[in-house]
Amino acid sequence: MAVTETRIVTQRLRDFPDDSHTIERYLATGGYESLRRALGMTPAQIGEEQVKASGLRGRGGAGFGTGQKWSFLPPGVFPRYLCVNADEGEPSTFKDHMLLERDPHQLIEGVVISAFAIECHTAFIYIRGEFALGAERVAQALAEAYERGFVGPDVLGSGFDLEIVLHRGAGAYIAGDETGLMESLEGERAMPRIKPPFPAVQGLYAQPTIVNNVETLSTVPHIIRMGGEEYAKLGVGRSTGTRIFSVSGHVARPGNYEVELGVTFRDLIYGLAGGIPDGREMKFFIPGGASSPWLLPEHLDSPLDMDHVQNDLKSMLGSGAVMVFDETVDPVEIAWRLSKFFAHESCGKCTPCREGSGWIERVLWRILNGRGRPEDLDLLLDFGDNIVPGLGAPFAQTTICALGPSTMSPVVGLVRWFRDEVEQRTGATRAGLERRVTVPMPEVG
Amino acid sequence: MTPPERVQPPRVLTDDNLAKAREIIALYPHSKSAVLPLLHLVQDQEGWISDDAMREVAALLGLQPAQVLGTCSFYTMFKRDPVGRLVVSVCTNVSCYVNGGPELYDALQQRYSEDADVTVEEVECLAACDQAPVLQVNYEYHGPLTPEVAEDLVEDYKSGRLTPRTVSGSQG
Ligand SMILES: Cc1cc2nc3c(=O)[nH]c(=O)nc-3n(C[C@H](O)[C@H](O)[C@H](O)COP(=O)(O)O)c2cc1C
Ligand code: SF4
Ligand code: FES
Repeated sequence: MAVTETRIVTQRLRDFPDDSHTIERYLATGGYESLRRALGMTPAQIGEEQVKASGLRGRGGAGFGTGQKWSFLPPGVFPRYLCVNADEGEPSTFKDHMLLERDPHQLIEGVVISAFAIECHTAFIYIRGEFALGAERVAQALAEAYERGFVGPDVLGSGFDLEIVLHRGAGAYIAGDETGLMESLEGERAMPRIKPPFPAVQGLYAQPTIVNNVETLSTVPHIIRMGGEEYAKLGVGRSTGTRIFSVSGHVARPGNYEVELGVTFRDLIYGLAGGIPDGREMKFFIPGGASSPWLLPEHLDSPLDMDHVQNDLKSMLGSGAVMVFDETVDPVEIAWRLSKFFAHESCGKCTPCREGSGWIERVLWRILNGRGRPEDLDLLLDFGDNIVPGLGAPFAQTTICALGPSTMSPVVGLVRWFRDEVEQRTGATRAGLERRVTVPMPEVG
Repeated sequence: MTPPERVQPPRVLTDDNLAKAREIIALYPHSKSAVLPLLHLVQDQEGWISDDAMREVAALLGLQPAQVLGTCSFYTMFKRDPVGRLVVSVCTNVSCYVNGGPELYDALQQRYSEDADVTVEEVECLAACDQAPVLQVNYEYHGPLTPEVAEDLVEDYKSGRLTPRTVSGSQG
C-alpha cells in the first residue's frame, strides 16, 4: 500500500503555496484560533493536559519531551525566557527553513501559546543568519501579529503581555546547540556551556530558559486545536504525532514529507521521495542528520520510531534528515566530507573534539587518497574512544556538547558496514584491530 | 604613568544607521546581546567589518573593542576583510556533494578568481538540500544549478538584471 503524507504542520503551505505566509491566508484558515482557546485555559492546563498529554517530543534533534522540559522550570523564578531555535544547520535538514519562510504565523502562534504556558514575557527567535528571506518573512509576520494584538502588551485583551525579538545568527552550526545559542544571543562566541545547570534552571542571562525547535513550536497550535490526547493517538509508541522528514541525496523527489511516525524508511524513501533514479541500488542511508550513524538497505523496513532507531538500530532520528546514497558512492568519501564539516564547526572548547575532529578528517583524507596506513582504522577508533568512551550507543561523552560524539558517526558507519573496504585500502588486518575498541552492532530490524 | 587618553573611535555608521543601532540595543534586556545585530548593520552598510567599525560598536555597547572582535571572529558571515559586492556561497556538504556541488564550486572559483566584484566561497549545508547543488548570491538561494547556468546567474547580478541583497543579506 502506498503511504501518504499526514499533513498537520505542513497543511497550509501545501494547500496554498503562493500565499501561505500571509496574515490574510493564516486568518482565513483558522489561524490564531488556538491562541484564543489557549488564553481561556490556565498555563498549567496547557502544559500538562495539552502538551504533555500529546506526547510531543522535541523536533530539533534530541527528542526530549516538550511538556516535561517545560515542567523543569523552577516555580516562582522570573523573568523566564523562551528561545526559538531557528538555527537549522544539521546537514541535510531543511524543514525549519520551509516553515519559517512559508508559515511564519503558525510559528508565532505556537510561540505565544507556549510563552503563555510557561509564564514568559520575552521570547527570542534565533534565526540562522543565512536565512535572509526567512528572516524577512518572520519580521513581517511579527509586525502584523503586533498590529493585530496577537503579540504585545495585552494579547487579545487577556492581560497577558509578550515581546518577541527576532535575532539573526551569523554563520555557526554550533549556535544550534541550545547553550551555544544562548551564548550567541548574549553577544558571545557560540561556545556551549557545561550542564548542569540546565537551561530550564539557569539559561539566558542566567534566568530560567526554554529552548524549543521551530517545528516543535509550530506543532503546539495544532495540539491545542486537536486536543493533546487526540494528537497522541497519532504515531507509534512514545513517538507520537507526525514529523517532517527532509529527504535528499540520490532520490527522485527530494523534499520535505510530513508523515505519521511509525511508517517505514522504505515508505519515505521509495514511496514518497520516489526512490533512487535510473534503477540504481542503494548503498546506505543516514537516518537523522549528519550526526546520526548510518544504516543499510536491510534496515529500510524499520519504522520511523525514535526509540526503535535509537535502541535497536543504534542510530537516531535526530533532526529528521534522511540522506540517501546510491551504489556509485564511495563511503570513505562521504565519511571524509562529513568529518570535514565537524572539524570546521567544532567550537574548540573541548580538547577531544577540537583535536579529534581535525585528526579524523586528516586520516580519512589520506585513506581516501590511497595513502591509508594499516593502523588507521585503529587510530580513528582511538580518537573516538577519547570522545565517546567505549563507543557505546547511545553515545557517552567526554565533551561539553553533543557535537563531539557526532564526529564519530561517519567513522562508526564505516566500521560497522564498510570495514572490509576500508581494511583493504589501509592494508590492515582485523586481528590488529580487535585489540582495541570495538563498535556495538545494531540488531537488524 | 598616566593612562592613555580614551580616544573617540572614528564614526563609521551613518546617522540613520546610528539611530537604528540605538533602537536595536533597546530591544534587549542586556545590551551586549546587540553585538551580532550591530555587526550585521555595519556589514549591510559597509560590505565588511573594519577595525574602526568594531571600535564604534564597542563604544556603543560599553565594551572593549577586543570583546567585539572576539565575538565577530567566530562567525563565518562576518567579513573582516573587504569582499566583492557579490558573495557567492556554494554548498559542498553531502547532499550537494553527490549532486555536483564541488564541480559547481570549482567552476565558479576559477571563473571569478580575478574578479574583484565577486567573492566565491565554499560553505556548509545551506538547509536547501532539495535544490542540490545549491548556492546563495548575497544570501538569495538558487538551485539546482549547472556551472553554466550559475555563471549566467552571477552575470545577471553583475549587470543589474537581478538586484542583490547586501552582503549581510538585507534588502539594499
Ligand atoms: C551541535 C548541535 C547542533 C544543534 N543544532 C540544532 C538546530 O540547528 N536546531 C535545533 O532545533 N536544535 C539543534 N540542536 C539541539 C538543541 O540543542 C536543542 O536540543 C533543541 O533546540 C531543543 O528543542 P526541541 O526540544 O524542541 O527539539 C543542536 C544540538 C547540538 C549539540
Ligand atoms: S564538543 Fe566540540 S563543539 Fe561541543 S563544546 Fe566541545 S569543542 Fe565545542
Ligand atoms: S547539503 Fe547543500 S544545502 Fe544541504
